[in-house]
Amino acid sequence: MPQSEQNTAVQPAEEEKGPFVRNLLEFWKSFRKNKPAIVGAVIVLFFILMAAFAGFIAPQGINDQNINIRLQPPSASHWLGTDDFGRDILSRIIYGSRLSLRVGFFAVIGSIIVGTLLGVAAGYFGKFIDTVISRFFDILLAFPSILLSIAIVAVLGPSLNNALVAIAIVNVPVFGRLVRARVLTVKEEEYIMAARSIGMGNTRIIFNHILPNSFAPIIVQGTLNIATAILDAAGLGFLGMGAQPPQPEWGTMLSSSRQYITNAPWTVLFPGLAIILVVVGFNLMGDGLRDALDPRMKN
Amino acid sequence: MLSYSIKRLLMLIPVLIGMTLIVFGIIHAIPGNPAQTILGTKATPEAIHNLNQALGLDQPWYIQYFTYLKNIFSGNLGTSIQDNMPIAREIWPHLAATIELSFVAMVIAVVVGINAGIISAWKQNSALDYSAMILALIGVSMPIFWLGLLEQWLFSVKLNWLPSIGRLDIVSTVRPITNLYLIDTLIEGQFSQFWMVVRHLILPAIALATIPTAIIARMTRSSMLEVLKSDYIRTTKAKGERMGLIVYKYALKNAFIPILTVIGLQTGLMLGGAILTETIFGWPGIGLYVYNAIQYRDYPVIQSGILVIAFLFVMVNFVTDLLYGLIDPRIKYR
Repeated sequence: MPQSEQNTAVQPAEEEKGPFVRNLLEFWKSFRKNKPAIVGAVIVLFFILMAAFAGFIAPQGINDQNINIRLQPPSASHWLGTDDFGRDILSRIIYGSRLSLRVGFFAVIGSIIVGTLLGVAAGYFGKFIDTVISRFFDILLAFPSILLSIAIVAVLGPSLNNALVAIAIVNVPVFGRLVRARVLTVKEEEYIMAARSIGMGNTRIIFNHILPNSFAPIIVQGTLNIATAILDAAGLGFLGMGAQPPQPEWGTMLSSSRQYITNAPWTVLFPGLAIILVVVGFNLMGDGLRDALDPRMKN
Repeated sequence: MLSYSIKRLLMLIPVLIGMTLIVFGIIHAIPGNPAQTILGTKATPEAIHNLNQALGLDQPWYIQYFTYLKNIFSGNLGTSIQDNMPIAREIWPHLAATIELSFVAMVIAVVVGINAGIISAWKQNSALDYSAMILALIGVSMPIFWLGLLEQWLFSVKLNWLPSIGRLDIVSTVRPITNLYLIDTLIEGQFSQFWMVVRHLILPAIALATIPTAIIARMTRSSMLEVLKSDYIRTTKAKGERMGLIVYKYALKNAFIPILTVIGLQTGLMLGGAILTETIFGWPGIGLYVYNAIQYRDYPVIQSGILVIAFLFVMVNFVTDLLYGLIDPRIKYR
């Protein structure tokens, strides 16, 4: 078949798919070529499945104590050894993935919602609103993030949920600034002016045109921030300001086991490796998403 | 340059005021009666009343805030509830310990990170490049408290090479002149003490340097790759200049602005991030000072510690901004 005929045969089918499906296919084509990103996505999927099916996979319960087998090295019956209460470390790591992923996802979703609302308001309405919101972002960004999280938890009291709230608050300006910058660019586009000239209201313009155009950078930043949120939650847990024992949060597990590192290094080694693995997964996936969704953000 | 510096300095004012508002708000955001929370459930009404008066909590909030600002400007950071000492006097030795640790960590991060990034870019897509970037990825993904614990276990417990806790051996002392022990021991000519200080610094500095090293290496690589592709580098290569000279003399200078941004940001973050490293290594810095204050619910210390660190963070970013023009004369300040 001549080339021109081939093209005309394919075109209608492509057009039928609609812009959303076409964009999705284009994204997938680009993403799947990026091997590290696929590795990252597989790791993330692995941890999500682990968290979802923890009850089926974990060989033992999180608080099944047996003082007779405390601080046992890895063996056939306890693959990653046991801790100071004789609890199975593998089971606790498996259940712990629920806590880490929960903090990572919900803290980032919370900061995306609040950051997006503030960022849209600042970018779209400008003037006084923009000045107030932008200064607010500047002030929050003037604190090193872990320090601000610690200050918030010092006020709210130590718990996993308060750590989640603290991490969410700290991340708000990251998304707020991102969305504000995007809104400033998009609102000058001709199609927005056209929408306004046919009488479309602010709310419709924001939700139908501006937000969908800010979606890609938010997804990219969100994925990368899940990684830092998990690290921060582990750090707060380690300082005794996040999840509290006997919750199997990985940072809290590290903190409880640190005194046994000389005799039972596996109690510290494996929770740390779990943190590294899941954070590497989100970082690789985030980098891949950035390359596929928004090449301008590369580097 | 001067007008830019002044303008940039003026822009800091609202940020600094906002910072004091947030830090001031910490004690007021405590649910319930702050004095009751600080003293615990067994506190007598009289003790609560006295603490309320001592902290000025019986005044309207705006009067408290202006008193707070006035005190800060006169160098009064409040009094520690724990030991009843003025915080302004207590804080400097802790701050000096953190500055010393952060400085050494940043030197490690800059030297290792920039060289790793350069070699990665120079030998792009080689085994060396892949190894360096995998290590950098692990570096940014690693909890530093975990690395710190493993360092202690390996180098202190198993190999017995380096001390794992504190700035000095338990029986030793250094006469504090600047409270930067590396400098103090040199001023006093105590070289064995100097060596002891260095040995205590190594493990915490490496732990604290991990994340910045990885981030600097990644940024250097991407920035260098871009510069190495430019025409002037190709011309220099064509003229037969040695590759080492091209990379370190001609390319690095032009690739340095994004690297400097990252170094500035990481230096500031280090001051805050030091709390984890200091807790593990018993390093008596400002992070450990704040951490201990949290355990004792010593809110004036928590407030002042956070304010001082945040202030330094903002100032480091300010200085980084000003350094751009010195490094790259193409940047014009407006």
